[in-house]
Amino acid sequence: MSDNLKYTKEHEWVAVEGNVAAIGITGYAQEALGDLVYVELPEIGKKVGKGDNFAVVESVKTAAEVYTPVSGEVVAVNTAMAEDLELIKKPANQNGWIAKIKIENPSDLEGLMDEKKYKEFTDGLS
Amino acid sequence: MSAERKIETVTTGQNEIIEFNRGLLYEESLLWEKEHADHPGVDLPAPENLKSRTGVPDRENIGLPQVSEPQVLRHFVKMSTWNYSIDHGFFPLGSCTMKHNPRLNEKLARLPGFAQIHPLQPESTVQGALKLMHELQHWLAELTGLPGVCLAPAAGAHGELAGIMTIKRAHEMKGNKGRNVMLIPDSAHGTNPATAAMCGYTVKSISTKETGRLTVAAFKEALGDGKDVAGMMVTNPNTCGLFETEIQEIAKLLHKAGGYFYCDGANFNALVGKVRPADFGVDVMHINLHKTFSTPHGGGGPGSGPICTTAELAPYVPVPTVVKNGETYSLQWEKDRPETLGQLKGFQGQFGMHVRALSYMMSHGADGLKQVAEDAVLGANYIMASLKNDFHAPFDGPCMHECLLTDKNQKDAGVTTLDIAKALCEKGFHPMTVYFPLVVSGAMLIEPTETESKDSIDRFIAAMKEFAADVREGDSEKYHAFPESTPRRRLDEVKAARTPVLRWPSDI
Repeated sequence: MSDNLKYTKEHEWVAVEGNVAAIGITGYAQEALGDLVYVELPEIGKKVGKGDNFAVVESVKTAAEVYTPVSGEVVAVNTAMAEDLELIKKPANQNGWIAKIKIENPSDLEGLMDEKKYKEFTDGLS
Repeated sequence: MSAERKIETVTTGQNEIIEFNRGLLYEESLLWEKEHADHPGVDLPAPENLKSRTGVPDRENIGLPQVSEPQVLRHFVKMSTWNYSIDHGFFPLGSCTMKHNPRLNEKLARLPGFAQIHPLQPESTVQGALKLMHELQHWLAELTGLPGVCLAPAAGAHGELAGIMTIKRAHEMKGNKGRNVMLIPDSAHGTNPATAAMCGYTVKSISTKETGRLTVAAFKEALGDGKDVAGMMVTNPNTCGLFETEIQEIAKLLHKAGGYFYCDGANFNALVGKVRPADFGVDVMHINLHKTFSTPHGGGGPGSGPICTTAELAPYVPVPTVVKNGETYSLQWEKDRPETLGQLKGFQGQFGMHVRALSYMMSHGADGLKQVAEDAVLGANYIMASLKNDFHAPFDGPCMHECLLTDKNQKDAGVTTLDIAKALCEKGFHPMTVYFPLVVSGAMLIEPTETESKDSIDRFIAAMKEFAADVREGDSEKYHAFPESTPRRRLDEVKAARTPVLRWPSDI
């Protein structure tokens, strides 16, 4: 796990490297969704605003939107994931990210939770 | 099919046999796999010197199965028995209002004066049909309190589209600029945000997670100053089966900010005859004739989704609408109503459904429709009261016409909502709606409707109680294998979705 891993209340994780944020969905989200059957990736170059939906993950149960906690431009998408959906279970450095976004405002990261806080948050949801 | 198949019967003290469903009876091969499927079913002489003028290959070479008329008939009749329907048994699919379709409706829809007319006939020759549509418009206006009625939309989602396009048209015609946001609660039917997006609106979600209901506070937060808000889409009662208790106040705030209130009529069966949606602030609403007014759906017939609006929005609804001048009925088109958003559907809509719906309304009468809502709500509350000690109820009752439970009490023992749905198939019931609404985890949404008898509901409750008791006693392993009596047992749904096989056999 990267030291820079941050979490959102919508159950995305963000791995920051320099000015780029790699975004994936947490184990809690994966558990709630069940096995995925489809992931819809954004287009490279797309501008997204903080809180925007930038990808869709679909399971047998439901389809869910994935939100970006940072504003910026999509600079990479994980095309391998579209072929192998099991990748979503992997950590950021093992291709578990959905897309990478070039961070426009580093202050967007300020409100995000660290691992300990996120665990407290999910424990409280049950 | 094995001869040893167990058909379960339950006997009482008097040795009376109680009806019971289990599994399905027939196994059936594909037409191509039938014995002698290469033999023609009819013996006609081949036409001489026939040349294809369309470029289509010879009939013999395109792989059509050759089967006889009785083979074809039996094939499709057998397969039709796999299609579980409300005519077979209990169908508690939440949010779908799978009620009995009275046969009186069918009889009236088949009258030659209704069934054998053509939409291109001169209006003077179809006055009776137009009068029927006018009467239906009147009933819908009375029941909703909304006088602008257009019967044309062909289904619920189509009615939604027509409703939101009406709001968009109203803003355009009034010169309102910059209103591009549609407010929608997070418990909404998926078609709501889809409709808003189709109309070019940005969807802003209102959170209902805390109590399952909209609150004035959450609404205000989503509304902001309201200058960019075109409207709000709300289902009432909502998809958690709860009446929106703060809706009047919310509607007032929305109107003050210049937005219109669209009500999704999918759950009108809980209110029909009891509450006029106009009284809680609705500007436009679609009505599922195929839910509330019993016209067949779910594979049984086309839907029909008329919209009803306030007098203010009435000029903008789609054409055609039916008007009465003196003793003559006629359809109004663009030339008669220049402010309309236009035509959305061929001709006048699903006329056969208009006949069935009006037949339902008139045979029930105003008092009968009231009882529909009362009995639908009673049935759902009976289920909730009977099962709330066995299954977790995320929101306290009383509920409206459907009751929401979850798998929270069973999940730790490894039995999920999906397993319970599959166990219901094994027991011969159609499962409830599962994993919807999305705002609760492991949702089971149960809508019995007013046409289900207490005996039938009791059998369903007994099955559900049996599942809960099994899990409590540690007998949960079998729930991963159900259904076992059906021709196809538990399917690998993930594999089916990831790598679907769309041709069989794949070499044809």
